[in-house]
Formats: sequence, C-alpha cells, structure tokens
Amino acid sequence: MRAATTAQQRPRDAKLLVVDARGRLQHASRSQLASLLRPGDLLVANDAATLPASLQGIHERSGEAIEVRLAGRRSLQVDDVREFTAIVFGAGDHRTRTEDRPAPPALHTGDRLRLGPLHATLLRLVDHPRLIELRFDGTPDDIWAGLARHGKPIQYAHLPQPLALWDVWTQVAALPVAFEPPSAGFVLDWALLDALRERGIGFATLTHAAGISSTGDAALDARLPFDEPYHLPASTVAAIEQTHRSGGRVIALGTTVTRALEHAASLGTLRAGAGLATQRLGAHSALRIVDAIISGTHEPGSSHYELLRAFASDTVLQRSSEALERHGYLTHEFGDSVLIEKSERAGQNLQADPRNDDHRVDRHAHGARHIEERRQHRCTEHHFEEAAEPIEQHAAP
Amino acid sequence: MNDSFKGLRVAITGGTSGLGLALVQALQRRGAKVAWVARHAEAPGIAGDVSRKEEIHPIALRIGAALGGLDLLINGASSLGPVPLRPLADTDCEDFETALATNLLGPFRLTKALLGALGASAREGRPALVVNITSDAAVNAYAGWGAYGASKAALSHLSLIWDEELRPHGIRVLALDPGDMDTPLHAAALPDADPSTLKRPADAAGEILAAIEEVIA
Repeated sequence: MRAATTAQQRPRDAKLLVVDARGRLQHASRSQLASLLRPGDLLVANDAATLPASLQGIHERSGEAIEVRLAGRRSLQVDDVREFTAIVFGAGDHRTRTEDRPAPPALHTGDRLRLGPLHATLLRLVDHPRLIELRFDGTPDDIWAGLARHGKPIQYAHLPQPLALWDVWTQVAALPVAFEPPSAGFVLDWALLDALRERGIGFATLTHAAGISSTGDAALDARLPFDEPYHLPASTVAAIEQTHRSGGRVIALGTTVTRALEHAASLGTLRAGAGLATQRLGAHSALRIVDAIISGTHEPGSSHYELLRAFASDTVLQRSSEALERHGYLTHEFGDSVLIEKSERAGQNLQADPRNDDHRVDRHAHGARHIEERRQHRCTEHHFEEAAEPIEQHAAP
Repeated sequence: MNDSFKGLRVAITGGTSGLGLALVQALQRRGAKVAWVARHAEAPGIAGDVSRKEEIHPIALRIGAALGGLDLLINGASSLGPVPLRPLADTDCEDFETALATNLLGPFRLTKALLGALGASAREGRPALVVNITSDAAVNAYAGWGAYGASKAALSHLSLIWDEELRPHGIRVLALDPGDMDTPLHAAALPDADPSTLKRPADAAGEILAAIEEVIA
C-alpha cells in the first residue's frame, strides 16, 4: 500500500473497507461512517492528546547530536513525568527513514542528555543499544514547560512536512499522554458526533498512552507495543455494559482502545480506573468486550496487524489486504481505514500466549478447547460457504 | 454546604491583572484548581500569548498537564486595539488585527484545542463550560472603541452559536460582561476616569462566579 503523505485528518475521499463477521468485504466512503453503524452500537475512542515526544539534543559525553523519542511512561499521572522509556537515534531527523538512521553514540548509565531546555540523566539501557530509561531534571512543571517549548510530534519519512501539534491532536484530544497520535480517531469530528447522536449510536472515550509504532530496528519493533498505561472512566464502563445488555455492538476506534478495554476486562468483569496494558493481542486472543474495530490499514507483520488477527481469520485478512492494495487504499496514520467486525468464530481459539495476561484464564479453558476446536471447524466450513457468494460489494454512491 | 467550585478544574487567560487576577484569587479561595495563562506569567502561571496561533497548543498542553483535565475555561485575555483609543478611520489595520487575534481568534483557537478535554468532563458527568469575557462595547456603539467593540461583538455572537452547537454534547459556552471596572485596561482606555465610579475587579469576579454557578450547580 502507498502511504498517505499529507497531514490531513479527514480527506474528503477517505475510504473505509468494511469486513463483516462472515468475512464479506464492502467498500465505503469513510464519511458514511455513522450510517454504517447501527442504532444501539457504542463507538469508543481514545481521547489522549499527543505529546511533542521527539526531542533533538546533545549526548554530552560524546558531544554528538541525538534525537530522543519518548516512548513509554508507567502512569498517566500529570506529575509523574520525570522518568520515561525512550528510543535514541543518532544525528538527523524524521526525513531519514528510521531504518536508515545512524545509531546513537555508545550510551552508558549516568550519561547526561541536553535536550533544548530540558536536561536528563540516562538511568539505564534496556538490553538494546537504543532503548533507554531516562530521568529529567526539575519539577514536573519545568518538564512540561520544556516539552511544550522544545518537543515536536514524532513523525516518519513518508510525511516530509514538519508536523505541528494541531496536525496530530484528534478533535476529541484531552489529556496529553500519547507518544504517537491515536490516529484511528482522526476520523472524528463534531459533525460525526452529532450524526452518531441523531442515529442513537453512543459515544464514549477512554484515555490510553498510545505508544510508538516503529523504531526502525527489527529487534526493537518485535517488542512493540510496550506496556501502555490507560484510564477507563466509570461512565464508559456503564455505557459498555448498557450496550451489551441491549444487544448493541461495542466498536473500538483503534488498536489502543481495543488493547485497553480487553486488558481492563482480563480478570473477568470490566473495571473502571487506571490500568497498565501489558498484554499483546493476536490470533489467539479471546475478545471479551470489543465486537468490532475501526483502524488504519496495516501491513502484515506490524503489531497493529497482529491485533487485527484477534478479529478475523488470516484468510479474511489476506483477502482484505489484497482488496486494500487493489483499490488503492492509503496506509499509515493519515491513510484510509478498515472496519472489521469480530468473526463469528473469533475468540474460540483460546491458547496461551506468553505475553498474554489471559494465560491463567486460558489454561482453565484448556479442557474445553477440544470441543471448541470442533465447533470452530464447523464454523470454518460455514464460512467458506458464505465466501462462495460475491464477497466484495461497493456501497451505492 | 458543598461549594460547586471545590475541585473544579479551571483555566483562565489574562490571569495576571484586572478581572483575570481577581477571578484566579476568588476561585482559589473557593477550592478550585486554577491554571492561569498570561504573556508574562511567572511560574506556576503559564507564559503564553493566545493571539499567536503557534502558542495555542503548547498552552493547551500545559493546561492539561497542570489540571489533569478541564471543567471551565475563562477566556479573559483582551486587547484594546490602538492605545490611546482613536476613531476607526484612524485605526491602523495592524492594530485592528491585534484586537481580533486576542479577543476573537485566540478564544476560538484555545477553546477548540481544549474542546476534547471539556467533552471528556461532560461525558463523565462533570461541568463543562466556556466563559468568554465580553463588554457592553460589544452591544453599544461607543466612538473610539471600534477595534475592541467589533472584536467583542464577534466573540459574543460566536459564544451564542457555539453554545447552540455544543449544548447537546453537555458543553455550555457563555459570554459574560463584567461591567466597567477599575483595571489597567480601563485606565489605558480612559485615563481620566474617576476610579471611585468604577466597579472593583473583585466585585465583578464575584458576580461572574455567581453567573457560572447558576449554570454548573
């Protein structure tokens, strides 16, 4: 897929590929989104505003130029901003592809980093030459002032123009905690919120510190997503419970919403409040809360694509990828979107995933798995019968 | 009795003099958590100029960081336009633009940048309110007050339209006129006015809080 190369959150011709629970595909215009959802559904968005998390500066011991990209924090507390996980690049900026960026100078515990008005100490290397933990000098107020003055949004080479914060804040952006924009939310504007209201579709939010999407290093990318703190308001939990009671669908706007909701429900019932999403969602994850996801278009192999495998079979995702390619969908944060309804057979394949918080639950479910697998086999046959029908439809203009 | 301002998260622009300063003090006395913005604010205030587009998001970022959310935004920062006041025909375009940038575009941009935070408050059942400080010069045609009056009139009308649009989302937008006060802005406009005939900013602040309380209580 080609990358979207202009920072426009809602291009008039944005596309939306709809994949229903039976794996059927439909091409729609993204501006029709409200009409593609059903009265009684609930759309849940991530209302995190995006930090200016890219900091140019100097590694004092070597005197060399570096770029530090803040990438993780343990909580969303506004006064808990001294310590961050971060990725360090050598000299240069986003105009060079991350995979071509030079390595930073050799980094050691205790090294001092001068990042514009901000000063930081390298606390430790996290078993990779560019992944560090750092601590800023000063009060939380000093740190916020420094970030506001010196930081730039993290961006990548497919978008050469420098981004401003207003380019990456969604129309519902609230608490500034995301390291990269929760870009599925770029589809939102207040006219859409009005349209949802008029159609009887609920809207709720949570706040999730969306992390970095790419580091340019295969070993580091394989560790994504890092642990991400989130806050789930009680009002959103109430709206989700009400939606499920009355038979509506919970539609997650983005991978971060999915990750937060499924983490908050990992001990059984959905819990409001602060959490730290540590699990990795993939083909073997049971989705307890989310019935459908609206997301950007993601290439196979990325952690975002892995998460989509919790919603649809590889066969369906493969066919979706081909359709996206064939119909010229654009990818990356300002690109087109997909709406994937959880497959009729998804969530029945409970297996232990080493990084999945659900593993204890999964082991309990192990005894039932044999039966589940047989059920799933039947569903798969059914699925193929469905797929024999015309599988790609275009919405009437 | 529970004060409706206790724990309220409030941001005020123009919070270092006149009405803005009086509002900061009154709100703090009533237990609100207050972040104030001014061009030359010193810590813990937020230094920023709302008339400059590129400063809006850094200001919004720092408001979010200072308060952890937002229930009430008071757009108080104001510019008279040309000082001393002069007839519209003698007003430089640049002075008119400065008045519009501070009194109209600034509140528009900052409100827009903070609307997500206000919407989040509304969804959680908290108050969500924008107060734009206006003037009777927005309603009455006072000779010499062209740039100021026209920009405040536009701000008043913007408030009415935005209130209409945002009310279904649980967000209110009000334009409030504090009356003629003994402030640096008034002294710059009318240096010969007798201060004893003017309202004290603290009294005006009290009236504004009463009007806000009617909406959020």
